[in-house]
Amino acid sequence: MTVPAARRVAVVGAGPAGLSAAHAALAAGARVTLIDAAEEPGGQYHRTVPETYGPQRPVRLQHGWRAFERRRRRVLAHPRCTWLPRTSVWALEQPQPEHEGPPRLHLLCAGPADGAGRTRHTLDVDALVLAVGAHDRVLPFPGWQLPGVCTAGAAQALAKGERVAVGERVVVAGSGPFLLPVAASLLDVGSRVLEVLEANTAATTARGWGRRPWELAAQAGKAVELAGHAAVLARHRVPYRTGRAVVEARGDGRVEEVVTARLRADWSVLDGTRRTLAVDTVCVSHGFSPQLELPLAAGCALDERPAPRCGPAGDGGADDARKSGRSGSLGAFVRVDEQQRTSVPWVFAAGEITGIAGAPSARAEGAVAGWSAATGGSTPRDPGRRRALRALRRSRDQGRAFAERLARAHPIGAAWPGWLRPQTVVCRCEETDYGSLCAAFATEAGSASRVAKLNTRAGLGPCQGRICGPTVAELRRRFLGDAPERPAEGLPRADPHRRPIAQPVRLGELAAPSAPLTDPGRRPEEESSS
Amino acid sequence: MSPRLVPAQRDATGRRDRPLRVTVDGVPADGIAGQTLAGLMLASGRTSWRRAPSGAPRGLFCGIGVCFDCLVTVNGEPDVRACRRRAVDGDEVTTHSRAGHGDADGPGRTAREER
Ligand SMILES: Cc1cc2nc3c(=O)[nH]c(=O)nc-3n(C[C@H](O)[C@H](O)[C@H](O)COP(=O)(O)OP(=O)(O)OC[C@H]3O[C@@H](n4cnc5c(N)ncnc54)[C@H](O)[C@@H]3O)c2cc1C
Ligand code: FES
Repeated sequence: MTVPAARRVAVVGAGPAGLSAAHAALAAGARVTLIDAAEEPGGQYHRTVPETYGPQRPVRLQHGWRAFERRRRRVLAHPRCTWLPRTSVWALEQPQPEHEGPPRLHLLCAGPADGAGRTRHTLDVDALVLAVGAHDRVLPFPGWQLPGVCTAGAAQALAKGERVAVGERVVVAGSGPFLLPVAASLLDVGSRVLEVLEANTAATTARGWGRRPWELAAQAGKAVELAGHAAVLARHRVPYRTGRAVVEARGDGRVEEVVTARLRADWSVLDGTRRTLAVDTVCVSHGFSPQLELPLAAGCALDERPAPRCGPAGDGGADDARKSGRSGSLGAFVRVDEQQRTSVPWVFAAGEITGIAGAPSARAEGAVAGWSAATGGSTPRDPGRRRALRALRRSRDQGRAFAERLARAHPIGAAWPGWLRPQTVVCRCEETDYGSLCAAFATEAGSASRVAKLNTRAGLGPCQGRICGPTVAELRRRFLGDAPERPAEGLPRADPHRRPIAQPVRLGELAAPSAPLTDPGRRPEEESSS
Repeated sequence: MSPRLVPAQRDATGRRDRPLRVTVDGVPADGIAGQTLAGLMLASGRTSWRRAPSGAPRGLFCGIGVCFDCLVTVNGEPDVRACRRRAVDGDEVTTHSRAGHGDADGPGRTAREER
């Protein structure tokens, strides 16, 4: 592949992965357009209070803030970088067959969130890096739709980004190391964290991490950070309980109490262990779901990762998962190769959309993706660069190993639907309950998930199945096994992540003409120098 | 009741607040520049501002623009995610109800159906 002097690279998402991709692509000589819906780079991880808060010491809140700040400044000030904040990529358009290159980007530029009158643009580039991140995955339980029940990520975003404490008496529950920073942030803004509940048993977690977990975490750049959060919890005497979960939230118009219970390794409830606790807020996260709308719109192949097994030994895999009664799937992620290439030519992916491994690993992936996008993956001639790239790949691989262990240590137990009652809401938007879903699956027509959707409306509300999609898909699998979905007559094959529109667009905005953004990353003054 | 903004004098970020005022269904609510409407409403004592089709109250859930549980109307513009929109002094916020409105859905939905 011959590589033109300055390849045009678009990076969608300016979180740890995207910012680092932009940085690497610039270093490799590309012109870069960096796009994010937020006002500032940083993504979910490097979040701080807005400029308008007039902060004098925002740094204190952040792990690795200084390095981030340096990278941010370098990228945004780079003459070959165009930074498009408050810009949503709302669609990707497949190129004409005769056209080599990634899909065309459709942008809504420079406007308040969901505001009318943002301007619509298109952008054509030589390579596209998708780094759009993930959101909390929350399993349903009775009462989870009550105000006062929110995701752990919501609590984190409000504490770090706005200095708002979501509650006064809070329980943090779910699974994964993310519960620790969330509890620490809540304490920082003055909430009382009554307890932190990890649904997996101590045995599952210990087995999952395997030998020398700290070493692994250190390689993945996570050890110091997690130890810091654990110390904060200890100082505030916040109990961290394993093998316990919030299995119900109750209250009149808002959450007033939660029921917690001890769980077995498969997340079934142990009789006689239910406890009621008065709270005003519950923050829940059972893991993360990658934001797959754009990768799917680009046509990227996904990997359905089998849930790792939790038995005493073994190498994981779907078979083991079934034997040990674990849930069948961890979910789908974007498939990438060594160079962070997706299955679509000139489309690269990095960060949490390729696997959940935290910010340091997202950064390493981003750097590799940025390099590959800018150079077509060629090996650099300069020995220094070659070494640097090797180091990046190594740290990316360590991140992947960390992600694997993370998934193994914090799996979702197969018996969680035991928490549900027939009236429990599964689709929050349409209030479809568990009973109706089961009934829909039980009918012959219900075996095509598109039909189940239409019968029950699950997944048809404003969020378009972003929240309930994976849950409904999993429940379906339980009822109907792994039988391939039979598409409903006249309808495209249903996919829990496929949405025609990745970000909301107003009709007025659609009606307005859209102008191409030409020559991204080029500013008149550097024309001669580059 | 429960959610609140850390008082500026106790906030380690050393912020300097610029107060602003919006109305929520005509009732004044105070906040500071930079807050999202969701943050402002929470900190001013509201935990819910939307009703699901059955009439059940809803408030903030995902906090990052994914779940659409926090939709409000702002200055006459419907279907704005309160967790994503920064408050502007004088904003008139009207709370949403999907109860009894058949299909008053989110902006994504509207656009999708139009295409
Ligand atoms: C709410 C929340 C809070 C979190 N807080 C922490 C934490 O405190 N500590 C921790 O270790 N981990 C946290 N995580 C986990 C976090 O996902 C990773 O640590 C890390 O941020 C992943 O980096 P990333 O670059 O892959 O994605 P992200 O950081 O998620 O960045 C993705 C970026 O893409 C942008 N984007 C997405 N779609 C579009 C689009 N269509 N158009 C334009 N822009 C788009 C988003 O605005 C976002 O800025 C949090 C996750 C969530 C969901
Ligand atoms: S709280 Fe989920 S979109 Fe605002």
